[in-house]
Amino acid sequence: MRKSIPLRICLVSGIVMIIQFFIPHRYSQTVYNYTLDWLIVSGIFAIVIGLHSNFHLHITRIVRKRKGWGYNVVTMAATLSMAFIGIAFGIGADSLFMKIYRNIEVPMDATMFSLLGFFMASAAFRAFRAKTKEATVLLIVALIIMIGRVPLGYFLWHRFPELVEWIMMYPNMAAQRGIGLGIGLGMAAMELKIILGIERGWLGGAGD
Amino acid sequence: MSHDIWVWVAALLTLCILSFLYKDNPFYKFAEYLLIGVALGFGIAIVWYNIIIPKIWIPLRYQHQYHLFIPACLGSLYICRLFPKYAWLSRWPIAFSLGASIGMSLPLTLQAGIFKQVQSTMLSGFSISAIIAFIGVVATLIYFYFSAEHKGFVGGVAKTGIWYVMISFGAIFGYTVMARMSLIIGRFEFLLHNWLGVIK
Repeated sequence: MRKSIPLRICLVSGIVMIIQFFIPHRYSQTVYNYTLDWLIVSGIFAIVIGLHSNFHLHITRIVRKRKGWGYNVVTMAATLSMAFIGIAFGIGADSLFMKIYRNIEVPMDATMFSLLGFFMASAAFRAFRAKTKEATVLLIVALIIMIGRVPLGYFLWHRFPELVEWIMMYPNMAAQRGIGLGIGLGMAAMELKIILGIERGWLGGAGD
Repeated sequence: MSHDIWVWVAALLTLCILSFLYKDNPFYKFAEYLLIGVALGFGIAIVWYNIIIPKIWIPLRYQHQYHLFIPACLGSLYICRLFPKYAWLSRWPIAFSLGASIGMSLPLTLQAGIFKQVQSTMLSGFSISAIIAFIGVVATLIYFYFSAEHKGFVGGVAKTGIWYVMISFGAIFGYTVMARMSLIIGRFEFLLHNWLGVIK
C-alpha cells in the first residue's frame, strides 16, 4: 500500500493529462487549468519542506556554534528580514523590498557570475591545453567566437561577425540539435518509465 | 563620488565579492551568505504575492473555489516527511505532481523536442550550410549511440560527430566567457561611474 497507491496516483494522473492533451474540448481545457492550479497549491507545501530544511541547517550550526556560525546568522537574518519587508510593506517598484533587491541582490549576483569569467578562463587554460586535434578545434572556435563578438573582430576582418554567426547557426546548431534530440528521446523514455512504474527511484527515502 | 547610500552599499558588496579573486576571506564569505539569505527572502515574498495570495487566498476567501482544499490537503502530506513514522505519506503528493507534470510535458517533449527538431533538420534546400548542418545532426546522434561499436563506417561518422560536438562546445565556451566579461565590464562601469564618478 505504501508504494502501490503512489504508483497508481502517478499512473492515473499521468494518463489523464496525456489524454487531455489530445482532446480539443473546453472540458479538457478545464481539467488542464484545474490540474495546473492543483499542482501550484500542492507545490506550496514542498516549499515549506525546503524552508524547514534550510532553517534547520542554519539553526543547528548556530546553536552548536560550529566554525563560521556567524555567517549562518547573516543568512538567517537576511532571509527573515527580506521576507518580512516584502510581505509587510509590499513589493512595488519603489518599495524598500525592491530597493534591497536592486542594490544588494542584483549587484552581488552579477559580480558573482562575472567572477566565473576569471575562473572559467583559468580553468580552461589548464583543461583545454591543445594536446589533441579535438581540443585544438574547441580552442580555435572559442577564440573565433570571443574575437568575433567584440569590435576588435570587425576591425581585424570585416566579415568576422558573419563567420561567428555562421558557426553559431550551422555547425554549432547541428551539434546542439543532435544533443537535444538525444535529451528529448531520453526524457520521453524516462517519463514513460516513471508513469508506468518501471522507474521507481522517486519512491525511495521514506521507508517501505 | 556618489552620495546615495544604496550606491555605497552596492559598491561595497561588489568589492566584497571581487575580493575572492585574491583569496577566500571573511568579506567574501559575508557577502556570499548575505546573497543566499536575501535571495531566499526575495523568493519567499514573491511566492507570497504571486502564488499564495492569488492562487490560494483569493480563490478560497472571495471566489469560493473550495475544490482547492483537495490539493491543499494532498500537499499538506509533504509535511509528513518531517515525521519518520509517516514519511511514506509524502509520496502521495509527489506522485500526483510527478504524474501530472509528466502527463503535461510528455506530448510537448515529443512534439517540440523530437518531431520539430527532426523536421527542421531535414534538407529544405541544397545549400552547403544546410548540408553541413544535416550531416552534423546525424553525426552527433551517431556519436551518442552506444548500442553499436564505434568501428568502421559507424566509427567514421562518430568521429565526425566529435568534431561537431567540439565546435559546439567551443562556441558555447566562447559565448559564455563573453557573457561573463560583459557582466564584469558592467560591474566596473558601476564602480567607476556610478560610485566613484571617475569615468563620465
